[in-house]
Amino acid sequence: MSAPATATQAKPEVITFTEAFSRALHDAMEMDPSVIMLGEDIADEEGGGIFKVTKGLSTKFGTERVKTTPISEQAIVGAAIGASLAGMRPVAEIMLMNFITVPMDQIVNHAAKLRFMSGGQTHVPITIRTRTGAGAGTGGQHSDMLEAWFAHVAGMKVVVPSTPADAYGLLLGCIFDDDPCLFIEDQLTRTQTGPVPVKGEIIPLGKAHVAREGKDVTVVGYGRPIRDAMVLADKLAGEGISVEVVDLRTVSPMDTGTVLKSVAKTGRAVVIHEAPRSFGCGAEIAARIQEELFDQLKAPVLRVASRDVTVPFSRVLEAEYLYKASGIEAAIRRTLEKRTQK
Amino acid sequence: MSANPSFTPATLLAIWRKARQINLIDEKFRGLLRSGRLAAVYYSPRGQEILAAAMGVHLQPTDYLVTTYRGIHDQLAKGIPLKPLFAEYYAKATGACKGKGGPMHITHPETGVMVTTGIVGSGLPIATGLGWASQLKKDGRVTLVTFGDGASNIGAFHEALNMAALWKLPVIFLCQNNLYGESSKYAKTTSVDNIGERAASYRMAGVTVDGNDAEAMWRAAGEAVARARAGEGPTLIEAVTFRFMGHYFGDPGAYIPKEEYEAHLARDPMPATRAAVLASGAATEAELDAYDAEVSAQIEEALQFAADSPFPDVGEIDIDVYGAAA
Repeated sequence: MSAPATATQAKPEVITFTEAFSRALHDAMEMDPSVIMLGEDIADEEGGGIFKVTKGLSTKFGTERVKTTPISEQAIVGAAIGASLAGMRPVAEIMLMNFITVPMDQIVNHAAKLRFMSGGQTHVPITIRTRTGAGAGTGGQHSDMLEAWFAHVAGMKVVVPSTPADAYGLLLGCIFDDDPCLFIEDQLTRTQTGPVPVKGEIIPLGKAHVAREGKDVTVVGYGRPIRDAMVLADKLAGEGISVEVVDLRTVSPMDTGTVLKSVAKTGRAVVIHEAPRSFGCGAEIAARIQEELFDQLKAPVLRVASRDVTVPFSRVLEAEYLYKASGIEAAIRRTLEKRTQK
Repeated sequence: MSANPSFTPATLLAIWRKARQINLIDEKFRGLLRSGRLAAVYYSPRGQEILAAAMGVHLQPTDYLVTTYRGIHDQLAKGIPLKPLFAEYYAKATGACKGKGGPMHITHPETGVMVTTGIVGSGLPIATGLGWASQLKKDGRVTLVTFGDGASNIGAFHEALNMAALWKLPVIFLCQNNLYGESSKYAKTTSVDNIGERAASYRMAGVTVDGNDAEAMWRAAGEAVARARAGEGPTLIEAVTFRFMGHYFGDPGAYIPKEEYEAHLARDPMPATRAAVLASGAATEAELDAYDAEVSAQIEEALQFAADSPFPDVGEIDIDVYGAAA
């Protein structure tokens, strides 16, 4: 894409995820001068970011507000934290999620905890944007979904959008939220399209979204697998199977109420995510459901996730690693069997 | 500030007064810890009082401080009031952080104490961001980040110095080299003779100074503050000092050779600076004694406040996890 939305462009019917991210950043900077950005290669002189999400922003808002940094992830996140303590709303780009292992100390020990440890005297309104996802052949160190690590730390908010319009509204939600937010962008679906969001419309964090109503089984998760679930729900409707899809949008803090309300209605749940199955967020979602709704469940809560191995390079192996839409479908059918067996 | 400002007796006295307040509080805290009347993790600043005071006299309340778990001298030099500070050590609801942070995470934005970290080297990138905000807002503030010699071997030190130099940020990196990183001798862990040399790698102004020499420290600090305020970029100051009370309270310091310890004790900056104040004519013995009595009374009053204050309500555990909108 070229420069972010301008008056001279005809309003498109749909936009891609990349356009949605870009537009949210543009509109946030236009709305509030305290919104600033930093990250590797993000200014236009360096190409406007390796994924072009920030293209045009430094030209429009200046290189003081849109700053290309050295390859220094600790300094990037630390500088965002420091600037936020002084009243700014920094958006830090960590190019890929596996690189976020480098500034873990800044995120876990500082961004997440300063509000609590200071007794509320300071807070850290930063957004860390990062990109990841398997399926693009990027191998073991450029594909991981590590959201569970951050969901496990009190004080952090973790957001994963499943449509371009959600991506826009949720990214604005992160930027104008007063807590540190981790916003995860999927590299595989970046060119996929969806309806255009309303300019300036913020989607509040901490609220799940019933993306499709149904009565037989609840599919709950976030991010890319929600897109698969929506397609499946259409397909299964043709067979008379009514699937409700709950998109968490904000992984943590999790909107447990919306999930429980849905599962209380359907009596069945399939929990989905791209990250490996073991110790993933799906385990937490399943646990909350069974703790509250054990008596009402008509079938065990099932999980569909990726395999517990390093993301492989070969397409053949990578496909074997990744969760599959067919796996979600199979899990839905299993919950609908009278007696669910392993 | 002129190129070579004169170090007046009044300045020396101001440094002494701040250093002596730090010193008296440290002595008091160690006594309370020994007697069991205070139960808290404690990292004594004994030996590092002068350098903090000589830095502090150059700063305004609106300037920012980022310090570490061994930071009580830095916080006091920045002007933090005693009552909320002591109440935080006592884990009370009236503490600066409502008893939720503790001694290792003292925060007091009113006096510019923005972050106290328990993670070696972590404060430097955060200070870089505070400096970046000041540069953007053109608010004229200076950010001081203090850390030990051990922090200069951590990756965050290098990332922050490079970024601060590149962006010409108004940040002062004050390395308090007390010659030991926890139990390890400086020379065993650090590849350069002086940490101040490391500034050259980033084309940053850098200086190594005797942190226990009030005038030398005051001059180095003044130059760094003037440079930052003028928009001419950051400075790395290595203030060489010594840590008399071990890494943590209760550390017997068996790794420090007796002769080395005694040689440092003979050069203890506190008695030396007191003698210098008297020699300068800035104050008489009686006036210094009166100051001690005045500070001691303030300490007792603040300790009483801390002791009398309630512990936090248990409901406090659910507050400040997220902001109100969560």
